[in-house]
Amino acid sequence: MNKLYIQTLLASAVATATVSTAAAKDLVFVSWGGAYTASQQKAYHEPWMAMNPDIKIVNDDSGGGALAKLRAMQEAGNLTWDLVDMTAASAIVACDEGLVMEVDHDALLAPAPDGTPASEDFGDMIVSPCFIPQIVYSTTIGYRTDMVGDTPPTTINDFFDLEKYPGKRALEKLPLNNLEWALLADGVAPDQVYEVLDTDEGVERALAKLDTIKDQVVWWEKGAQTPQLLADGEVVMGSTYNGRLFSVIEEEKQPIGMLWDWQVFDLDGWVVPVGGKNEADVLEYLKFATDTQRLADQAKYISYGPARASSAPMVGKHAELGIDMGPHMPTDPNNAKNTLLYNYEFWADNTDDLNEKFQAWLAQ
Amino acid sequence: MSATVESVAPEQMVTADGTPLKVSLARARRRARNRALLLVAPLFLFIFITFFIPIFSMLFRSVENELVGDTLHRTVPLLQNWDESGDTIPGEEVFAALQQDFAEAQKTKSAGRPGRRLNYEKPGFSSLFRKTARKAQKLEPPYREAFIKISKDWGDVEYWRVLKRESGKYTKSYYLSALDFSYDSEGNVVKNPGKESIYIKLFWRTLWMSMLITVLCLVLAYPISYLLSTLPARTSNLLLILVLLPFWTSLLVRTSAWIAILQQEGVINDFLVFLGFLSDDGRLAMIHNQVGTIVAMVHVLLPFMVLPLYSVMKTIPPSYLRAARSLGANPFTAFVRVYVPNTVAGIGAGGILVFIIAIGYYITPALVGGQSGTLISNLIAYHLETSLNWGLAAALGAILLGGVLALYLLYDKIVGIDNMKLG
Amino acid sequence: MTETSNAIVRFVDVQKSYDGESLVVKKFNLDMEKGEFLTMLGPSGSGKTTCLMMLAGFEPATHGEIYLNDQPINNVPPHKRGIGMVFQNYALFPHMTVAENLAFPLEVRKMSKSEVEQRVQRALDMVQLGEFSSRRPAQLSGGQQQRVAVARALVFDPDVVLMDEPLGALDKNLREQMQYEIKHIHERLGVTVLYVTHDQSEALTMSNRIAVFDDGVVQQLAPPTVLYEEPENAFVANFIGENNVIGGKITRIDGQSCQVDVGESREVQALAVNIGGVGESTTLSLRPERVSLDPGDDCPNVFEGKVEELIYLGDHIRTRMHVCGHDGFIVKIPNSSSHAQLHEGAVVKVGWTMEDCRALDVLN
Repeated sequence: MNKLYIQTLLASAVATATVSTAAAKDLVFVSWGGAYTASQQKAYHEPWMAMNPDIKIVNDDSGGGALAKLRAMQEAGNLTWDLVDMTAASAIVACDEGLVMEVDHDALLAPAPDGTPASEDFGDMIVSPCFIPQIVYSTTIGYRTDMVGDTPPTTINDFFDLEKYPGKRALEKLPLNNLEWALLADGVAPDQVYEVLDTDEGVERALAKLDTIKDQVVWWEKGAQTPQLLADGEVVMGSTYNGRLFSVIEEEKQPIGMLWDWQVFDLDGWVVPVGGKNEADVLEYLKFATDTQRLADQAKYISYGPARASSAPMVGKHAELGIDMGPHMPTDPNNAKNTLLYNYEFWADNTDDLNEKFQAWLAQ
Repeated sequence: MSATVESVAPEQMVTADGTPLKVSLARARRRARNRALLLVAPLFLFIFITFFIPIFSMLFRSVENELVGDTLHRTVPLLQNWDESGDTIPGEEVFAALQQDFAEAQKTKSAGRPGRRLNYEKPGFSSLFRKTARKAQKLEPPYREAFIKISKDWGDVEYWRVLKRESGKYTKSYYLSALDFSYDSEGNVVKNPGKESIYIKLFWRTLWMSMLITVLCLVLAYPISYLLSTLPARTSNLLLILVLLPFWTSLLVRTSAWIAILQQEGVINDFLVFLGFLSDDGRLAMIHNQVGTIVAMVHVLLPFMVLPLYSVMKTIPPSYLRAARSLGANPFTAFVRVYVPNTVAGIGAGGILVFIIAIGYYITPALVGGQSGTLISNLIAYHLETSLNWGLAAALGAILLGGVLALYLLYDKIVGIDNMKLG
Repeated sequence: MTETSNAIVRFVDVQKSYDGESLVVKKFNLDMEKGEFLTMLGPSGSGKTTCLMMLAGFEPATHGEIYLNDQPINNVPPHKRGIGMVFQNYALFPHMTVAENLAFPLEVRKMSKSEVEQRVQRALDMVQLGEFSSRRPAQLSGGQQQRVAVARALVFDPDVVLMDEPLGALDKNLREQMQYEIKHIHERLGVTVLYVTHDQSEALTMSNRIAVFDDGVVQQLAPPTVLYEEPENAFVANFIGENNVIGGKITRIDGQSCQVDVGESREVQALAVNIGGVGESTTLSLRPERVSLDPGDDCPNVFEGKVEELIYLGDHIRTRMHVCGHDGFIVKIPNSSSHAQLHEGAVVKVGWTMEDCRALDVLN
């Protein structure tokens, strides 16, 4: 009697579970939330769902902690994510950890309209065999146009010049970007930055340069902090992602300008968790969502550059503001006179060590 | 006295049917006890699964180190015969085993993790393992030369020393790092130079800031709780809701509100400049430093102090103070000598609650802490979320846990845990 | 008040209101003599505790003046009044030992250590608790705590000691024992005691004088015997001791005596104490033990009574009768051999003297 009851209960539970999954297939995509997820929704998800009406893409906004959560899920053997949006640096870690799968970019992704294979079209952007690049963004510097007098800052040296531009600065509470900028401002040749940084003396030199402005720095940990600090007039200059600055300048019309000199390029893209239940659908989605047109489309909604070379000429106007997005792309020739691309290999090896040194320096 | 009892003892008490009384009593009690046990079993199971298992598995990570030995399972046993104190790298048979290990690891894509693990000890391992795994399958003997051709690091005896040291099943390197020690190139444990030591400094900072926050919470909460406990129920309930209001607001919203109030272009500074107490250039820095962290955390944690204090104060009859007054004590003496001692239970409970929460807090310090308001938990969060160095995070967490337990025992010794009343 | 008196405590036209709408104490006048044991007796809410609190200084008088040793004390804070107080729940300090509790009033008076010790020892001896000096209050029985509370209120030799229902929490036997103990301490020390209780037997046992409170007003202030024998109004008659109440109308007043019609054309001769004119209503008060079962020929009030119920109480037999149209007429018959055995349903003659039957105001 009792046994029969339990069996029935189990059977009905299983039945409901199957029914609920069969009705519409949900794919869980993890991304950063906010304007960024919205741009993906409009440029990729919605057109693809229109083509595949039985599939529903569910956005999970846990981007910031995705790496740790993904590892916890994989260790527990309870993966609920199908696709994850990560920075290139995180993707390299995830790949090393075996959390995400390696892909053959040419086999998986669409070639450029002129037939150039994907691996060539993406070129250097493929920094890890697991990483499917999506956008190029840059960490750059914004400044208050009304707090810098008649001569706005033009070079990274100005950021370190407290006499010419007195006032507080905002920098990320991490060594990367900051150490590179410090060396560049200290006169290190751009192509030798990582060579210098690979030595103890080089690290000391970078920290010594940062020491000159340390008292005036507000250290941020979340990307939204600098735009807010700038808008409140708490800092005169600060580093943040170029897309954040775009929206605070163009959408909120704050008196803020951008200093593109030595912007640091970084990449963001997709990784496919190992052992996902809907792998075939996800791969099909990726082929669609990373083709030349789709990547160009995303730039209509957010000012990040498409990772494909072939997408660049197709970037149009902002969907709502009607501004030509080209000049706002970090990859625009006017903006990209002096740029630095991360040495991912270097940072993969040295992040932990340099972060410890950096935090110790901060705590002094 | 006890001797007389012993001499009587042989005359064992028995029940009517001759069973020893003790046996009978135990039997009678067992049923009730089993039933009680059954009632608490779900809770016990829940706590065991959701509390003890995660904590112990996390603590275990701080010493666990099977990764390297598992991946390089041919190389590691051979390394035991290699003398790391010399200046020569291991011989060809070790490299041959290494080639087999890497070729196998490449197939299962499992070379990255040990590489990252060893990278904590010596930067460079991560890319070394990645590079090597990619090419391992195609290597031809002699392997030693082939490996060094991939990267000259394989010819560096320091890399091999680290590899051998960290190939065991357990490691103490996470704890060494967490206490600001490291290995030098010869493999000796050395204290990190002052400017590179960070964790001890942050442990102390966390400790004293948590204590300060606890004291400030107490100073602020005591009068509020007293007011709450003496007001008529309707008014005090309303006030209590105001005290609890922060609980119902998102932590981020509350913290952002503090930023708006405390920042240099914020409300307080504007007001002080307006009144002429400050010049426009002399605005106070009250956020993105320790002051900001302390103010925001005191606000967030205040209810945890108010509630136990309030619940204890409510049980203190007003006649105690009246008795003290009628016995000749002025209001201050009556308060200090009669009222305060009776609230020790609430002070203890609230203090421990606030202190323990404060010591593990990281969202607020991350947002308003700046460089001087960073706490140890911020670094734990960093190692958990960003660097994925869970071993170090676990070691830091274990040390923090140990510290809290030590303080708890100290508290028990001085005040007595029985004297604590959580409400 | 300019005239001096030998009263140690004086209440002069004291009124008290908590809400500004109703008076809790309506008009309180009282003179307490030195060494007197005066009890304020009344139902709860009658204002007696409020008067005590005003004297102790915990409640300000709304109107009127209170004098202690001829000094007005309305503006003297409680700790400067030098009045000892025993609280209903003892209010012993739980975090102090018995000795520390007793030492507290001495220490706050900055007495020397040796004197404190000496006085504490004397107080402990007085209440026979010498061996408990290092115990905490929670480790004592209710009676012991009570004694400590009394000792603490006396240890600093106050002029006046206030006791607010101090025996309320004790069981009956202990309460009676403590009544005698307090009474003896009072007699031995000659201290002035103002005592509050709602228990009339307690008041009768201990007091020199009793103030009966009702509705914020002192109904009668008199020694126990007077209060019992000669109640001035129906409330006091009813509140103190057992009382047969018979309502009626005055038909004739004749100096000290009067004639009352109690219905069914029965006339009762009563002592005119507190009555209006002829034709007005009155309440007759008659103590059950003053009713005689074999009234003599000269007895002015003789009626027939039918026995309804007999309750054997050892020393006397409580008999409920039907007399003059009242069912609840109680007669206490001493348990002596001289009395005939009654049985339920028997009809007997009952009678009482004119002096024992007091004509009072109407009970409202």
